[in-house]
Amino acid sequence: MNFAVAASDADLVLRGGAIGSPRLTAGPGRGITESLASHLERLGDPLGAIGKTSPTEFIQMVRASGLRGRGGGGFPVGEKLAAVASRTGFGNRALVVANAAESEPASAKDRFLISARPHLVLDGIEIAARAVGARQAYICISQRSDRAVRALRQALVERVEARSLLVPVEVVLAAPTFVGGDETALLGWIAGGAPSPTLVPPLPAEKGLRGRPTLVQNAETLAHLALIARFGPEWFRRVGTEEEPGTMLVTVSGSVARAGVYEAPIGVGLADVLEAAGWSAETDFILVGGYFGSWVTRQDADGRALSRASLASSGASPGAGVILALPNSACGIRETAEAVDWLAGASSGQCGPCVHGLAAVAACVAQLASPATAHRADLERLVRWCSEIEGRGACRHPDGVVKLVRSSLHVFASEVEVHRRGRCSGSYEGWLPLPLTGRASR
Amino acid sequence: MKGLYLHVNPIACAGHGLCAELFPEAVRMDDWGYPVVDPAPISGRIEGHARRAVAACPTLALALRTTPGRRAGLLRRDQSIANRDRK
Repeated sequence: MNFAVAASDADLVLRGGAIGSPRLTAGPGRGITESLASHLERLGDPLGAIGKTSPTEFIQMVRASGLRGRGGGGFPVGEKLAAVASRTGFGNRALVVANAAESEPASAKDRFLISARPHLVLDGIEIAARAVGARQAYICISQRSDRAVRALRQALVERVEARSLLVPVEVVLAAPTFVGGDETALLGWIAGGAPSPTLVPPLPAEKGLRGRPTLVQNAETLAHLALIARFGPEWFRRVGTEEEPGTMLVTVSGSVARAGVYEAPIGVGLADVLEAAGWSAETDFILVGGYFGSWVTRQDADGRALSRASLASSGASPGAGVILALPNSACGIRETAEAVDWLAGASSGQCGPCVHGLAAVAACVAQLASPATAHRADLERLVRWCSEIEGRGACRHPDGVVKLVRSSLHVFASEVEVHRRGRCSGSYEGWLPLPLTGRASR
Repeated sequence: MKGLYLHVNPIACAGHGLCAELFPEAVRMDDWGYPVVDPAPISGRIEGHARRAVAACPTLALALRTTPGRRAGLLRRDQSIANRDRK
């Protein structure tokens, strides 16, 4: 097996599989965009199933299902629907925004989902709009996959031609920036402004796009919603854990034979997911949860399940379902340092502690990453900076970067010592993708 | 916890530094010249100082609210981790 090259984005979108029985990925094989006809024949009309339930009853169903957001935050979807629905009204009608910006560099699951099952996501948008009383919806989609954008546009055309589109859905190409995936930044961008986060509160549910109550949900979350509407909350709870029911999409990359997007029941062993992707025996460290995530050791991975509850004991979280295995030939500190530098540059530039603080942190981590300069790095100051920056930005960008830095200092502590003695046991191989981010253009 | 808490709007804050000058009891500057505020409630004795700092902020980035800021939670978490490590 040869892992010399990181998987390309197109590979991630097309490859993968399922652990246990698939839900979102059931149906036609990989690489096929399911048509509206096939989608309806296979699953039926979602409104046929919930047509007689009132929006309030449907929100109760979602609450009972225990579905949580799949964008990384893990917020209960029923609560969010209820919050938006309670605020919608005459002259202040709610809006629905599907977030498929997927700005997390190591994630491909939303692009995969839209390129394979666009109608599940569109069903979810329509059902959510019905639940919160919205008459306009938006989907903000990553520009990184032409395939996904084409599939989405084609699916909308199919629905318009079949006269089955219940709510107008405007397609917005996401800003090619990391912070642009934040929900408040997303709303700013859709409104025609800069993709920069705003201070919360007010939450989008209170005062979102054009000042209206706005439901922002990740694309995968909406697809799960489409299945809950058809098969009910009890069915949804048949897999997953009590606290975190259902399946989730995970993007597995790095030193694995079959990088790609996998669908797995929440609570499955982290090692089982890596096993399914064919992880190399020469892998001692895994980045879990993406660039706001944590490094986990192989030993830790063996005992942990893919769930918020289980990973919390390693200080980690599944985030948006990103699992990246680092081959032992690579130096974890160097790989992290490059990502931290990239993340510092990705700040939206609004808050002083983020702009200056992350730049300083990145410079210090870069110093540690090089055996020539590591002995000069002031570790005590780095730790102090980390706690000082945390919680002082308008959004969670600085907090996420600090989390990654802390985890790398902890997990790669012995490698840090090796660097400080002027040596390095690996090399920089670029396993953490650092996509080019231009200035935001539409 | 009841009381008043000092909040900084980090987008509005441009680091003029008047708050740390006028209200050093609860505001200090970080290494880059931006305010770090004490997450504890402001005691009634020095509330007047807090109000003076709020009024003096050139970008209106400082506010007194009845709810604790985000850093209060982080501080509690850090303390619980420290206590756990000590055991």
